[in-house]
Amino acid sequence: MTLWIAILLTGIGCYLLKYAGLSAPRRLLDHPLVNRFAMTVPVALLAALIALQAIADGRDLVLDVPKLAGLATAVVALLLRAPFLVVILAAAATAAGLRLLGVG
Amino acid sequence: MTHRTFLPLSLSPPVRDGLGVGLVVGVSGLAFGTTAVSAGLTAAQACALSLLCFTGASQFALVGVVAGGGNVIAGAVGALLLGGRNTLYGLRLAELLGWRGVRRVVAAHGVIDETTAVALAQSGRTDARTGFSVTFATLFLLWNCSTLVGAIATEQIGDTRVFGLDAVGPAIFLALLWPRLREGGRVLLVAVLGAGIAVAATPLLPPGVPVMLAAVAALAGPSGAPTTGGPGSAADPSAASAAPEGRQP
Repeated sequence: MTLWIAILLTGIGCYLLKYAGLSAPRRLLDHPLVNRFAMTVPVALLAALIALQAIADGRDLVLDVPKLAGLATAVVALLLRAPFLVVILAAAATAAGLRLLGVG
Repeated sequence: MTHRTFLPLSLSPPVRDGLGVGLVVGVSGLAFGTTAVSAGLTAAQACALSLLCFTGASQFALVGVVAGGGNVIAGAVGALLLGGRNTLYGLRLAELLGWRGVRRVVAAHGVIDETTAVALAQSGRTDARTGFSVTFATLFLLWNCSTLVGAIATEQIGDTRVFGLDAVGPAIFLALLWPRLREGGRVLLVAVLGAGIAVAATPLLPPGVPVMLAAVAALAGPSGAPTTGGPGSAADPSAASAAPEGRQP
């Protein structure tokens, strides 16, 4: 039930954030501090999410070899400029393959 | 846009761009449906998120916190922080599209990475409006359908670790973030700091909170240097050769 509430609140909030921008005075964006913070906040949050999804389980830090190998494969695929879906499939296939071989 | 090659050349540029981005990115709703159900959401909850939020990075963020056993309200706050960049896109699009009233109320739901990127790539208001609308319509339809398919397929699977689906979540975020990481400099510093703060705080704070705390990293680095931010660079999936999540939508 809490999850449903969170989903509804996130949905409403996401819409209001979009609408606020579409109706706000443009000069707000010209404020350097607003611009600076807003442009890099996604980078900080996404990097944090990557790190925690890779090695955190609740409050514990866990090294799951197949999962980390999958992520490493994604890095290689990105360096090779592979398309988005190829990157994702390569990561999943690596993790699944290693587990099939009994790793981790 | 890099997607025009596989679409008929007779289509006008805004339609071609919109369809290309919408089709390619829309399919990645499969990954969202899969990740959401792996995290413990029901298929209905996954679909509700895609319908109501319709902004990939925020959706993945909420689901990521749920997967880590975190407090869902903290997850919602993290999702809203990520959704904050759509406000900035809106600021940019307001002048360009010039819509008022009901049209603005409807268009607002479509203000995301991909629609902004396509609209800004056009010349003139008419083409910008067409590009925005075609991207929004194609992406909204596909993103929601593919979320449903991904969620239901994953519900049938059971143990998602066997298929390596636990590696899909972080891989998606990495692919979304990649174009910006390539900029190096301050952006890279912010990313490393954000990840470091979150990892260091994980044993100390309730799940979900470390990710919010990582937002502080966005203030790091020398001031005054304008970032090269913008729709094409803010974790823009379209830049990752397949255009997501955030981009997803």
